[in-house]
Amino acid sequence: MGAVLIAILVLPLAASVVCLKAPMRAAKSVSLTSGVATFGLALVLVSSHHVATALAGWLRADALSVVFLLAVSFLYGTTTVFAIGYMRPAEGLAEARYSRRFFAGLNLFAWAMAMAPIVNGLALLWVAIEVTTVVSALLVAIGDTDGAVEAAWKYVLLASMGLGIALLATVFMYYAGSTVLGGSYEIFYPKLLGAAPHLPPEIVRLSFGLAVLGFGTKMGLVPVHTWLPDAHSEAPTPVSALLSGALLTVSFYAILRFYQVSVRAIGPAFPRDVLLVFGLASLVLAALYLASQRDLKRLLAYSSVEHMGILAIGMSFSAPIAMIGVLLHVLAHAAAKSTAFFGAGNVIRKFGSKDLDRIRGGVGALPWSGPMFLLAVLALSAMPPFGIFRSEFLIVEGGLSIGATALSAVLVVFVTCAFLGLSWFASQTMVTPTPDSVVRSEVSVWMAGSMVIGLVALVVLGVHPPAQLSGLLERAAAELGAHT
Amino acid sequence: MTSLGTSPTTLNDAADVVALLVLLSEFAMLRSSLSRSQVRLYAFQSLCVSILAGFVAATRHIVELYGLMGMSFLLKVIVVPLIIVRLVKEIRVDVTASHRIGVATMVLLAIVLSVFGVFVVGHLPVHSRSLPILPLALAAAVILVSFLLVIVRNDVVSQAIGFFSLENGVSVASLVLAAGLPLIVELAFLFDLLVAVVVFGLLMRVHHGRTGTLSTQALDRLRG
Repeated sequence: MGAVLIAILVLPLAASVVCLKAPMRAAKSVSLTSGVATFGLALVLVSSHHVATALAGWLRADALSVVFLLAVSFLYGTTTVFAIGYMRPAEGLAEARYSRRFFAGLNLFAWAMAMAPIVNGLALLWVAIEVTTVVSALLVAIGDTDGAVEAAWKYVLLASMGLGIALLATVFMYYAGSTVLGGSYEIFYPKLLGAAPHLPPEIVRLSFGLAVLGFGTKMGLVPVHTWLPDAHSEAPTPVSALLSGALLTVSFYAILRFYQVSVRAIGPAFPRDVLLVFGLASLVLAALYLASQRDLKRLLAYSSVEHMGILAIGMSFSAPIAMIGVLLHVLAHAAAKSTAFFGAGNVIRKFGSKDLDRIRGGVGALPWSGPMFLLAVLALSAMPPFGIFRSEFLIVEGGLSIGATALSAVLVVFVTCAFLGLSWFASQTMVTPTPDSVVRSEVSVWMAGSMVIGLVALVVLGVHPPAQLSGLLERAAAELGAHT
Repeated sequence: MTSLGTSPTTLNDAADVVALLVLLSEFAMLRSSLSRSQVRLYAFQSLCVSILAGFVAATRHIVELYGLMGMSFLLKVIVVPLIIVRLVKEIRVDVTASHRIGVATMVLLAIVLSVFGVFVVGHLPVHSRSLPILPLALAAAVILVSFLLVIVRNDVVSQAIGFFSLENGVSVASLVLAAGLPLIVELAFLFDLLVAVVVFGLLMRVHHGRTGTLSTQALDRLRG
């Protein structure tokens, strides 16, 4: 299994280098191959019951890592499919340069996000997430417009300051580890988890709080989410899909790693309270903000904030079944949000605008991707038979199982609010008469095809998740401390 | 500050003084009205951090820290300040930084934040092998004041400098807590600094070219 990890380490990086030099057509096929192959490699890890390690322990994939690797690599694959249609054939030198940079950046971004869950140790995890910021900030700014540069500035400033705080959290955790393990700073997860019960509680508490604040900035938790809607709306659509489906969840993964240690060191009460405060704020504010959006991509961005809130609340229940729900939610949200962004990409191309007031009759104008976009929005609003229905159901069930009835009710109410907001805009823009000036046709087969893959995955997750996947989720929940 | 567990050796006192200089330069940045002098203060602050890294490297015999010292000297004392000064010169506007609240209020707030940071962190049960705890407490103050700098000043140079000095604060904290933390972590953060400079340059070019200002008040297209 170690070879699989090394392949994941090498493949997207190599693809990125090739894209910088190769002509556009080659760049597209190399990216696609790398995306699909990385997903295939992640699937190999799913069926393995052992913890994979490589490079003398520096790379390590336990069940928790594989869940997040699966989300990232799935999006990497579907996004490259979408991007092939999204990037039109280059006409001039400037456009050719733009698309070379774009594909190189896309692969590098995916590489950094795939690294985060499989590196072993909090310091390397921080480095991987730092690299994702660096690459994605440049990808947000790649459009070079006023809006893109403004969004990139806010993103780079806020995310970097957040990561500064996260680094402080990492440093404190290392200090806590060194009080037990001595001066060695190569602290791998198993070593740190083994030492967890003896760590100084004040330091661990401080570290966990800082980690949620710092990584929470990148995850888009309210009140440190303010960069998120801007970056999501101004970035090229494939990048928005990766930002929302993969980047936010990778930051959540980092929080979970701190959670794992903290729960063993100081018990579940403090981590639960911290996550609950941030989670509730995110869910409530995002559900309300959804109703006042005028921009299609900002709408989806606020939906991401809402779902990150649900993840945090689900973890705060700390019931085994809720944790399985949270992990399934990570996968289902990745599939649903990326499909919705791909749909938005189709709509925006077709109508030449992100403005919700100027998009009318999407279903009529786009015979395939229009209805699929509607389905994706329904999936995001937790409609059966899609995956998010199952995952939110599990989370609420977990909440009820520990007696958090009021909280579960709040969760359901605000999820419904978000559903109303989303479906109102979706019906306004999609299920209205199509203006005569708009020709009824698909923008690109690739762009519509990427949505089919996402929807199929959502149905599989919702109707009958494969036994191996369920086993993986259970093992990952146990690693998080679900049995305690 | 004996209550904070400072050991009485001369070497540790020297480290405390250097760390104090880091905090004082943070205050001066908050106070200074010209972007150019802010950049100079940042270079000075980075120099102090490099000296501190060299100090820990020499007294605790951690060889990697010499590398860190060299890198941070090269990047933070020379390259980044030079780039920013050049960018500011290019746009030919005499940038006088602006702020949302009066200077006196700002400095008072900064003092309150620093006292809070120093006392809270100073009472943590930290027994570092590399440095006394006072630099850690001062680093917490630097981090809090850098947030204040980003929040109350509304020109992009101040915001950039605020973020850069946050990085200095975190560097000092990691020197106290985990001096042997893999070098790669610090290098990644230095790298982030460079990317911030790149985006900063883009912003200056695109944004200033159209609005003729460096005030963040013109950055208001995206809201809601």
